[in-house]
Amino acid sequence: MILPKPAQIPKGHKVSNLKSQISNLFLPRGFGGYWRKVLAIVGKDVATEIRTKEMISAMFVFSLLIIFIFNFTFDLRTENVQTVAPGVLWVAIAFAGMLGLSRSFVLERDRGVLDGLLLTPVDRSAIYFGKMIGNVLFISGVEIVILPVFIILFNQSAAALPPLCGVVILGTIGFASVGTLFSAMAVHTRAREVLLPIMLFPVIVPLLLSAVRLTSAILDNTPFAEVSHWLALLVAFDAIFIAASFMLFEYVVEE
Amino acid sequence: MATQTALSQQVKSELTASRFNWSLGLTLASGLLMLAALYLALVWAPDAVNLEAPAERYAQRIFYFHVPSAWIGFLAFIVAAIAAVLYLVTRDQKWDVWGLASVEVGLAFFTMVMLSGPIWAKPTWNVWWTWDPRLTISTISWLLYIGYLMLRGAVDNPERQARFAAVYALIAAISVPINWMAIRWWRTIHPAVVAPGKNSEALGGFGMSDNILLTLLFCLLAFTVFYITLMVHRIRLENLKRRVETLKQQILYQ
Repeated sequence: MILPKPAQIPKGHKVSNLKSQISNLFLPRGFGGYWRKVLAIVGKDVATEIRTKEMISAMFVFSLLIIFIFNFTFDLRTENVQTVAPGVLWVAIAFAGMLGLSRSFVLERDRGVLDGLLLTPVDRSAIYFGKMIGNVLFISGVEIVILPVFIILFNQSAAALPPLCGVVILGTIGFASVGTLFSAMAVHTRAREVLLPIMLFPVIVPLLLSAVRLTSAILDNTPFAEVSHWLALLVAFDAIFIAASFMLFEYVVEE
Repeated sequence: MATQTALSQQVKSELTASRFNWSLGLTLASGLLMLAALYLALVWAPDAVNLEAPAERYAQRIFYFHVPSAWIGFLAFIVAAIAAVLYLVTRDQKWDVWGLASVEVGLAFFTMVMLSGPIWAKPTWNVWWTWDPRLTISTISWLLYIGYLMLRGAVDNPERQARFAAVYALIAAISVPINWMAIRWWRTIHPAVVAPGKNSEALGGFGMSDNILLTLLFCLLAFTVFYITLMVHRIRLENLKRRVETLKQQILYQ
């Protein structure tokens, strides 16, 4: 429905590169080139982050604070820790991730990087995937530290760590997929950081629900068959919102 | 000056000619339909037989306005999503106006749902609120509507405002069915603490006799006509507002 026929659209029009996007994604010829461009954008973000360490350190401290504050406020004792722990983990990830996402395009805009990126001869979707993978990397970087801390503070078994990592990665991808799209919109608004959570949280409710259910299943050693539909929902969420954001991103950054 | 006169004539003709009568007719029709719906819902429809307490019986009549409001709320969302697709494809301002109008009208109806629901639930379920899937999904949809309007309010450039709003409306529309599925599963696995929350037939539910069903269907019709009327007025208002903006700009820069 959003895909117009290529013939109707004049060359150079913003919508016209959809065909090349798809061919870039699926054809071997364009494949290497496209992902090299994506990786170049990821590399730029990672290099910036390594030099400033602004975002990761803020996200990390913030998520630690959330976990500690939940410990105080819920007065976590052994009997209720199992029911609260998954929720605490995902609130920490979601809030810290929100912090990172809201910064994601601020530098780009304030220093005119976005204009530069838009002028480069790459697909808009390459910019989207570059930014999204960058966001996934940053949030994962925080999670690598947070997960062991979580296991220790909530007295969980370390054997839960590998499956937990899988769920966390899937959740992060879904979060960053639609989060990157909204972040690119929010940066052009007056409210900026304030608006992003208001837009993003209602949309990621299914993601949080399924991630929390899977996490508690892992921590409780529930058989996988009982929660497999939640995993399916999580994967479907990722796929649907990556596809939707990939198609809609060029409408967000065009100008 | 010539363009200005032409424009003002266009405005004048639009205000007086065919469009005016049409919207007036719709307004009258929806007013009569709503009055009839009120009569049917409050007087004509019989009491639900299995509800003993008077408070429950009176509160049950909220249902005739609650259900149609929820229907309009979701219908408005669908209209907004279709308008968003049409806007992104055609870049015609018209569809942006449609989307905005639909979300605003839908939000009004949804707020009615959110208010009338607890008023009914208190005498029937004895709580204002339960985490029933339907209640939860309604709240999230309501928040999505508010996010849409806040996003619009925070963007100055009108073209960008339309674009962002369309993108957001589409993502929101995609998220509603996924939300719906997730929340149903969430409740199926962990049954609600308040038992009737899971199944409305259990407590406060009632068999629908013919008259009750007829009243409900009539109310659905009345609300749909009311929605269309409000849309017509809101679209016209927004078009006039935008025309005033354009005229202001023209006069300022002449």
